[in-house]
Parts: sequence; structure tokens; C-alpha cells
Amino acid sequence: MKKSHIYIILVIGIAIAIIISTAGDASTYVNFGQAYQMAAAGNKKSIHVVGELKKDEHGQVTGLEETPDHVSCTFILVDDQQKEQKVFYNQPIPPDMTKSEKVVVIGKYQNDLFIADKILLKCPSKYQEQKLKASL
Amino acid sequence: MIHYFIGNLGHACVIASFVSALAAAFSYWKSNQATNNLLADEWRKTARVSFWIHAAAVLGIGIALFVIIGNHYFEYHYAYSYSDTKLQTYYLISTFWNGQEGSFLLWMFWHAVLGLVLMYTQRNWEAPVMIVFTLVQAFLASMILGVVLPGIDLKLGSSPFILLREAMADPIFQANPNFIPSEGQGLNPLLQNYWMVIHPPTLFLGFAATLVPFAFVVAGLWQRQYRDWIKPALPWSLFAGAVLGLGILMGGYWAYETLNFGGYWNWDPVENAVYVPWLVLVASIHTMITYKNSETALKASMILVVSVFILILYSTFLTRSGILGDASVHSFTDLGLSGQLFVYMMFFLLAAVALLVIRWKEIPTSEKEISVYSREFWIFAGATALCLMGFQVLLPTSFPVINKVLGLIGIDSKMATPGNQVAYYSNIQIWFAIAVALLSGTGQFFWWKRMDKSKLKAEMLAPVLITLILWAIVIAGARIYQPSYLLLSLAGLYIIVSSANVLRSVIKVNRSLAGGALAHIGVGLMLVGILFSAGYSRIVSLNNSGIAISNDLPDDFNRENLLLFLNEPRGMAGYDIEYKGERIEPRSGSGYIKKNDVYWTDDLFRVVAKKDILINGNLRYRQGDTIEVRPENTYYEIQMKKEGKLAATLYPRTQINPDMGGFLASPDIKRNPDRDIYTHVSNMMNPQAEPDWRKQDDQRVKLGQEFFANDYVAVMESISRLEELEGVELGAEDVAVKARIRVEGEYEPFYAEPIFVIKDRTPGVISSEIPDLGIRLTLVNIHPETSEFTIGLSQRQKNWVVIKAVEKPFINVLWLGTGVLMMGFFMAMIRRFREFRQISKA
Repeated sequence: MKKSHIYIILVIGIAIAIIISTAGDASTYVNFGQAYQMAAAGNKKSIHVVGELKKDEHGQVTGLEETPDHVSCTFILVDDQQKEQKVFYNQPIPPDMTKSEKVVVIGKYQNDLFIADKILLKCPSKYQEQKLKASL
Repeated sequence: MIHYFIGNLGHACVIASFVSALAAAFSYWKSNQATNNLLADEWRKTARVSFWIHAAAVLGIGIALFVIIGNHYFEYHYAYSYSDTKLQTYYLISTFWNGQEGSFLLWMFWHAVLGLVLMYTQRNWEAPVMIVFTLVQAFLASMILGVVLPGIDLKLGSSPFILLREAMADPIFQANPNFIPSEGQGLNPLLQNYWMVIHPPTLFLGFAATLVPFAFVVAGLWQRQYRDWIKPALPWSLFAGAVLGLGILMGGYWAYETLNFGGYWNWDPVENAVYVPWLVLVASIHTMITYKNSETALKASMILVVSVFILILYSTFLTRSGILGDASVHSFTDLGLSGQLFVYMMFFLLAAVALLVIRWKEIPTSEKEISVYSREFWIFAGATALCLMGFQVLLPTSFPVINKVLGLIGIDSKMATPGNQVAYYSNIQIWFAIAVALLSGTGQFFWWKRMDKSKLKAEMLAPVLITLILWAIVIAGARIYQPSYLLLSLAGLYIIVSSANVLRSVIKVNRSLAGGALAHIGVGLMLVGILFSAGYSRIVSLNNSGIAISNDLPDDFNRENLLLFLNEPRGMAGYDIEYKGERIEPRSGSGYIKKNDVYWTDDLFRVVAKKDILINGNLRYRQGDTIEVRPENTYYEIQMKKEGKLAATLYPRTQINPDMGGFLASPDIKRNPDRDIYTHVSNMMNPQAEPDWRKQDDQRVKLGQEFFANDYVAVMESISRLEELEGVELGAEDVAVKARIRVEGEYEPFYAEPIFVIKDRTPGVISSEIPDLGIRLTLVNIHPETSEFTIGLSQRQKNWVVIKAVEKPFINVLWLGTGVLMMGFFMAMIRRFREFRQISKA
């Protein structure tokens, strides 16, 4: 066997090791049911859940509350299985929150509450906005 | 009136640029295939004219777009969405590339410039290289074409020249199609920063420059000139490496100064998408140099050069197709271009791969076994490590793509990047960085001389000893215990010492060859700088009071943040720090204005001075002057004193920024030679919530009589009748009077101007607040019979702010290293350009 072959095998080996470790460390998009089971099974990894804010029959967001000192908030997120879950977020309510189409929460369960370390809001972009802003 | 002409002109230029790019490609192809010189020359002339037309059209698009932005033609979607009338000129330039169409345009512009340079400098390569260039330009132009193909109803590209009414279905346009908004939505205030004026053009120049080596390798494969393409391509690879690296670092520096995650690098997909191509680009530079010197690694060079350009396209695809939507904090918009971007990427990927496969057998290879004592071995190993380093980042960044692809073949994959991405990437990247530094540090010894076992030992002895001594000093001084940090500091020092060793001998021979050694010293300095500033950053705003800031906050927040009340000094990191109040920023000129010294008008952007305002000891505004301000920004003045002497005044900022999800804190940094103290606001009084006022106390005072307002001495200085009152219409019977009350604060007097109105025989009051003192004064009543006035006084909690401060040791070593690296790159580039010129002359 030539040295260059050993070299190639080594490189491929490292690449495979990277792939395996990456796949192993990857967080996953799950729904709340799976997230709860993972937490119950002692899995401490932080996970991603995608959902929408709970809305009442008039399309108004409900269940979005801020603590009296405005430093943190809780809201209710509905995942793709229609499971509702109360989420705690240690930041004030982001202003565009109610406008968001989808919310990604990254965090984990603590007992029955989902603690979000990070929130990503998916808001309609300027291109999809079909209303002029009030400041005309 | 809608300005149709300029938009139509711009759109015409877009179409012209697309058509002329195709025409140039076709003519160059004809020229390349021509059987006799005369015909080839004729076609080349046509091609050159077409490319000049193309370049002029690209410039025309830019000018048209800039006219629209600069003249605030808000009937155009682009101007309305990204600018407003209040932006300064240089931020209007940023508006230009705020939208995706503009950034494609910027990219095209640089390609056009580089294309013109190549057209006149590459005699032998002109036709095949320019074919690649013009095809890329045609693809880019198609992104902003905004044309619906008739028959198949396919929309090609998104034009920057669409009117607002075409972009939005607001009902007002049905009522009045010619409606023009009077104001635009403005530029994201976060981007109103000088770095954002120069960072995008630099980055896109770097993007554009990677096309040059790609064009050469494609031309080389196509024309079967497998060896010759490297010489003209190498200086351009170095140019791309320098400019792209500079662009990335500018972005990092902007993040350090503007964002509050506490660092310069966040491993966000957007950052990764340029970091990976840059690593591979650096690897390709090394294999190209290896080939030039020893005829090995030709195939590897070809693959890497192709990979760099494909990775640039891939990163464009990732960041612009909206596929990262759920994975990144950056807001991505999908203009409906993902399909087109995908076709663009696949076209060049498949074309390049096909070309490589077809020609693979013909590509000359060196049969010689590489010895461990050859420099080729070390360079090649280093390049491999760089590629694997990039691969480790690329893989998780591509999760959304992998999920999609697996979904297509029926596998349900829901992978996402780990929650704490910074720790995740850093913990693995550090090992690659160690490997790269050790390999390239060792490679330095082989740079000059042929080595064998015994020679190597002799050469290495001194540098290794010096490294070990330095290392011992560093680990003892910094008390490093963690294995990865120990190794990284060793590897960083090793590459610095061994490159300095090379530099020493190179300078004696020929100074122009010093680029490589210098660049490696830069890398070593950067690694050391990153290790200390990131690995040993320390939170200094520790709350030692034993009192939690708020029980609603988590414990670590209470522990790591400092609550500062106005004018009450606290100790931090060897400084006495004191919060001095909220400041606002005038729109023109430097300096800050105290919020207490002004009152707001109905126009959010204008305030009126309550008293003469000094900035840096100079009188800037007189009492009653109207000042234009930036209302979205609030600065918190924090003084840092050491042994009673003022060491620094910091102005960390909060910004109301709906684009970025609400409030955004930006740091201010106290820069010392050996460490930065990085301070940002972590919590503040809610500016939108009405504060809790305690019950109002009334007292009767006479004009000029002193009284106490919340422990401060106050005096009513004057009373005057107002002829007009903003927001209230005064009739003949109505009266409005304004009292001017001076309150002596700890350091300076404050003024309150409460107003008393009788309108339609009903009394009313307008209170005046002194935010810094936490008091509100009201003119409750006037008693003409005793010439007394009733003054109402309410108090609230004193103004406060919560800050977090982080110490970043030796971050300047990182910036120094960056500078040295850039210098090395540019020196190497100049050397290779000279080499190329000599060859083409000969």
C-alpha cells in the first residue's frame, strides 16, 4: 500500500468521525410530546420546537403575558400536533411576536413548563406585507 | 407624480446587461472556436464591445437605483422599504445593498470590474476565461431581471425597479393608483453604522474575486492547459483570500461593536457560509503554491479551486433562498429566487465536475512518493486539515438542506444545530486550529532548505526551545489548565516563533518574499488573541451586594449584572463606576445630549432645548433651539473612575428596533492596551410603561422662594403667560401660564416647566418631569390674592439601569494578528502578480 493511500484512508476516517459526531450532537426539531418524553427520559439536550401562537376565534393571540416588571414573558405555543404548551422566555415580549407566523423555541422542559433560551420569529417579510405602514 | 422614466431606464439596463452578457459569451465562444486568427480577432472585438456594453449597463442599473434612493422616490418599492428622508448620504449608500436585489447588483458590479481588468491583462486566456465570467454575469443578471417569460408564465428574477403598487396590494392603490407615500420605512438602524457601509462591498469583492481562479481552472481544463492556469490564477486567489478575509473580519468587528452577544463571532449560519469557503480558499492557495514549486498536488488544486467557487454559490443559496429560515436569527427573505439560485449553483457545479471527470485521465500527475521530510507533505497535510475544519462547520450549517434532501427521498429527518452553537462549534474547531497551527508551524522549517532528519533536528532546536520557554511563561502567567487551551497556546506560539524564524532569514535574502511568513505570524497572533479574549473573558459586573436585582430574574442574571442607580457609584473591575443618566444623540455633529435638557415635540425626531446645552465644553445649542435627534437610540452615560480620576466615559446604547425583534442593546468598550472592558445594558426602565408615581404632595410657594423637592433644593424662577400651546387651541377667554422651576441636583441644576391652563373656564395642568431626579412637578393652582402658587410634587424610584460588563484580555492581539495576516496576504499577492507579469512579458 502506498503512503498516499494511507493518507486518503486517514482523511476519510476523520470525515466519517466528523459526520458521526455531528449527527450525534445535533439537536432536533420535535413536537412538544416528543420533547416531554425526552426530558422525562433524562435527556438534557436543548431542542427546537416549531409552532404557532395560540389564537382565539377572532384571530387574536391569547395567553401571551408579561411579568409585571416587563423582564420576562410566557406564552402558549401550539405545535403541529395541535398540542398546546406554556412556554417561559426570560426576555420581554419581542414587539413583532404577535405578528409572527411561526415561532421556533429552543430550550428544554423543566417539569411541565418549557423554558426557551432562544426564540426565532418568522415574520412576514417586507415583500409579503400587503399593507402600507401607518406612518404615511 | 410617479417618476416612471428612471425606473424604466433602470429596468432597460438590467435587460441590456443580461443580453449583452450572453452576447459577449457567444462572441467569445466563437472567437475561441475560430479556425483562423483573423476571424478570432473579429469575434473578440465583438465580444469586448459586448462586455463594455454589459459593464456600462451594470453601472447604469446602479445609477438608476441610486437616483431613486437618493431622491426619495417612494413610489418605488426599494426606496420605500429600505430608506427614508432622514438618512444621511452615506447610509443611503447602505440602502443600496440592503435589499437582495442590490446585493446581487453589487456582486455583478465587482464581476464587471474584474472582467474588464482580465480582458486586458490575459492575452492567452481572454476568450475561455471571459466565457465563464460572462455566463456567471448572465445568471446574476437573471436574478434581478424581473421578467415574466411569456407562454410558460415563469417569473425570472426580482427587479429592484418595481413600483410599490406592484409589490403591495394595499387598497389605497385601487382608490388612487398614483398614491405615493411621503416617507419610507427607513433602514434598519442597526445597519446605520460605518462598518455596514464598507463591509458589504468588501465581502462582495471577495466573493467576486473567487470567480477569477475558478474561471482559470475551467479554462485550463477546457483548453487542456492543465499546468499553465495556476500562474495567472494564483495572485487572484491571494487577492480573494485577503479581501474575503478582510470582509469577514469587518463583519466580526461590527458584531463586536454593535451586537451584545459579547463577541465577534457567533457561528451563525450566515457567518459560517463565508467562513467555510474562506478556509477552503486558503487551502487552495497552499496547494497551488505546492504545485508551482514541485509539480505535485495539481489535481487537488483543481478540485479545491472549483470547490471554493461552488461553496460561494452554495452560501448564497443558503442565505438567500430562505431555507435557513428556522435556523438563523438573521431575517431572510425569499424573493422566490430559490429555484433560480439552485439552477445557477447546479449549472456551475455540474459543468465543473463534468469537465474534471472528462479530463481526469489526461491531467498530469506526479508519481513521486511524498516524503515526510518534504515541505509538500506538510503543506498538503495543513491544507487537508483546513478542509476538514471547514467540513465540520459546513455539515451542521447544512442541516436544513440535508433535512430537505432526505425528505425528498422519503426519510423524515429533523436535525437542527445544537442549542448552544457557539460552544458546540468552538469546542471542535479549536482542535482543528491546533492541528493547522502545528502543521503549518512545522512546515515553516521546510520552506527554505531541503531537509533530512539530522538537519531538521538542528534547525528546529532553537525555535522549539524558544516556543517552550514562551509557553511556560504564558501558562504560568495566565494560569491555563484546560488541555485544549494549553495546546492551542502552544500551537499559536509555535507558529509565531517558527514563522518569525523564517521571516528573519527571508528578509536577508529578498524582502518581497516575506508575505508568507508574515501571514503565518498573523495567524498565530490571531489564535493567541482568540484564545485569551474568548477563553478567558471574565464577567466583571458581579453583583456583590447580596441583594438580587429582581426575584423574577434567574439567579445567574442576578449574580452577573450590576444595578446602577443614578449618581450612586459602585465598584467594578478596579474602577468606580457611576451611572450619569440617559442621553440622546443629535442627528448632526458628535456628542450626546442629556434627556433632561430637552423636551419632545410632537415630531418624534425634534426636541427643544430647555437650557443652553454644552457639548465637550462648547456651547452647541441655545435655550429654545430645536434639535434634530435620532429617537430610536438611547445612550446610558457611565463614568469609570480610577482613584478619583476619570478613566473613561462609556455610552452603551439601547435601540428600539422592530426589525431585530424589539429592543437591542449595543455595547460600549473601554479599550486598554491589554484588555477591553465591554459593557452593555442588560435591563432598563421600560420606556413605554408609565412609572409608578407615589402620591402627590402639594405645597404653596412664592416666586423666588426656595422649597424642597424630594430632598433637592428647588426654586420657582419665573412665570410667564403663553400665547400658544402645542396641542391646545387657546380662545380669547383662555389662559395658559408656564412656570420655570430650577432644581439643584447633585452636580448641576435641572429645569422643570409645568403648565397651568384655563380653557373654557376649566382648569387643567401639564406636568413636567425631571427624569434624572425621579420627580414630577405640577403647577396645581395659582392664587393671585396671595401671589402664591401651589406646586405638586410626585416622586418615583430614581432612574436606574442594569449593566453587564465583560473583560476581554488581549483582544488587541487578535486585531494586531488580523492586520499582520492582511499585510502578509497583500505582500504575497504583489509578489505573485510580479511573477505573472514577468512570465507574460517573456
